[in-house]
Amino acid sequence: MHPLALVPLALLLWRFKTDQLTANPIQFITHWTGNAALRLLLLSLAVTPVKRLAALPALNPLRKRLGLWGFFYASLHLTIFIGLDYFFDWQLLWEELSQKRYVLVGFTAWLLMVPLAVTSTRGWQKRLGRRWTLLHRSVYAVTPLAVIHFVWLVKSDYREPALYGIVVALLLLLRIKKIAARVPGLSRIPGLS
Amino acid sequence: MKPLSHADVTPAKLYRSRRSFLKTAGNGLLAAALSPALRLKAASAEPPVDTLTPYKDITHYNNFYEFSTDKVRVARLAKNFRTDPWSVEVTGLVDKPGTYDVAAMVAQFKPEERIYRLRCVEAWSMVIPWTGFPISRLLEAVAPTSQARYLKFVTLMDKRQFPGQKNSWYRWPYVEGLRLDEAMHDLAIIATGIYGKDLLPQNGAPIRLVVPWKYGFKSIKSVVKIELVQEQPTSLWMAAAPREYGFYANVNPSVSHPRWSQSSERRIGEFRRRRTLLFNGYDEEVAQLYEGLDLRANF
Repeated sequence: MHPLALVPLALLLWRFKTDQLTANPIQFITHWTGNAALRLLLLSLAVTPVKRLAALPALNPLRKRLGLWGFFYASLHLTIFIGLDYFFDWQLLWEELSQKRYVLVGFTAWLLMVPLAVTSTRGWQKRLGRRWTLLHRSVYAVTPLAVIHFVWLVKSDYREPALYGIVVALLLLLRIKKIAARVPGLSRIPGLS
Repeated sequence: MKPLSHADVTPAKLYRSRRSFLKTAGNGLLAAALSPALRLKAASAEPPVDTLTPYKDITHYNNFYEFSTDKVRVARLAKNFRTDPWSVEVTGLVDKPGTYDVAAMVAQFKPEERIYRLRCVEAWSMVIPWTGFPISRLLEAVAPTSQARYLKFVTLMDKRQFPGQKNSWYRWPYVEGLRLDEAMHDLAIIATGIYGKDLLPQNGAPIRLVVPWKYGFKSIKSVVKIELVQEQPTSLWMAAAPREYGFYANVNPSVSHPRWSQSSERRIGEFRRRRTLLFNGYDEEVAQLYEGLDLRANF
């Protein structure tokens, strides 16, 4: 259905088959799934501006699908962290969560995504009405948190996560009405979501 | 814990292959999720055994930023690195400074096998059979003066051979330092080989430092200069992130690093994490070096 979103998983399986998960496979698959989650979330965030700029309303459903796939990879990422990396060692996990700020923001980002994934159906959208829109705005917090999670994880050279940060910042700035109004094509429909 | 001998470690050939290891890992995850009883059993770990890390992992999973920040790419990029001729300048506050050819060093200081645990600050570890000689032998030969308090080690600077040195984020060349008494400790060696073979470039050929009770980044690679100095040298990592990397960098599970857990580690090739040991398990040997020193402030 969304074969492209399965590419990261397929590549991972191929690397597993061909013994290319490095000498530290658990860390490798943790980083791999985290990366996939971040990229899909960014793509999801890019749908609305791209749709407006390119005047392609048909892109609209992609936003939800990409978001859900981002959540899928983030959940895989978290499961690997808890189940493989720390093997359900709750004492160590608690230590990590309470001492490592990157764990805390990463986990927070995932928690914020849970209600969004649960209420992503049309039924929930109807049931919640206007509150649904408000609730789903929290995705604007999730993506920066995911980038901060990455920044706090790298050793010293921040340039790669900074690149993600710039993209997120741009995508979020375009959602500010005053800014969107100055970008030709973006403000066609009032009230960007 | 005593330095390891061959009698203490499991030979590498008994190692499971990576793929069967991961399959076990997958099954383990399933079983652990299904059975709380099993989880309890898994938690009561037997005393940790040290197993030699396979040569392939030691030579293909390398932190060597002069080549690449990607541990997997280092081996390939290091393939054509020239290690011959190579000489090491020993200079500074010494009575008998000198420039040593690597072959001459080996002939004079008689390397022996030393099996050490290596704990990376990124929370992974290996067990490596080094060939090396105690730095004390070299120091005796060059005779430090009474003013000498520290050793400053410097890696080769060569942007053509070390593409990573074009990365201006770091202050090249790589520099590391030891206190003179740390360097005089018998466990601190200058290594020239692994598994009885000459060091490969990705492991710091032709000559490198190995200080097993400190995080791996202290064990500077491809050394061209050793200088005896009075003031504490500033290492590359101290300059890059002073709040995260101190001069001592002793392995210490109770001094947390903002990015990685220092209370546990993954031994390369193993599924379960192990608890990290104070001074990487060499506390009996080295703790006296730090008596009266606040290890939290001097991390």
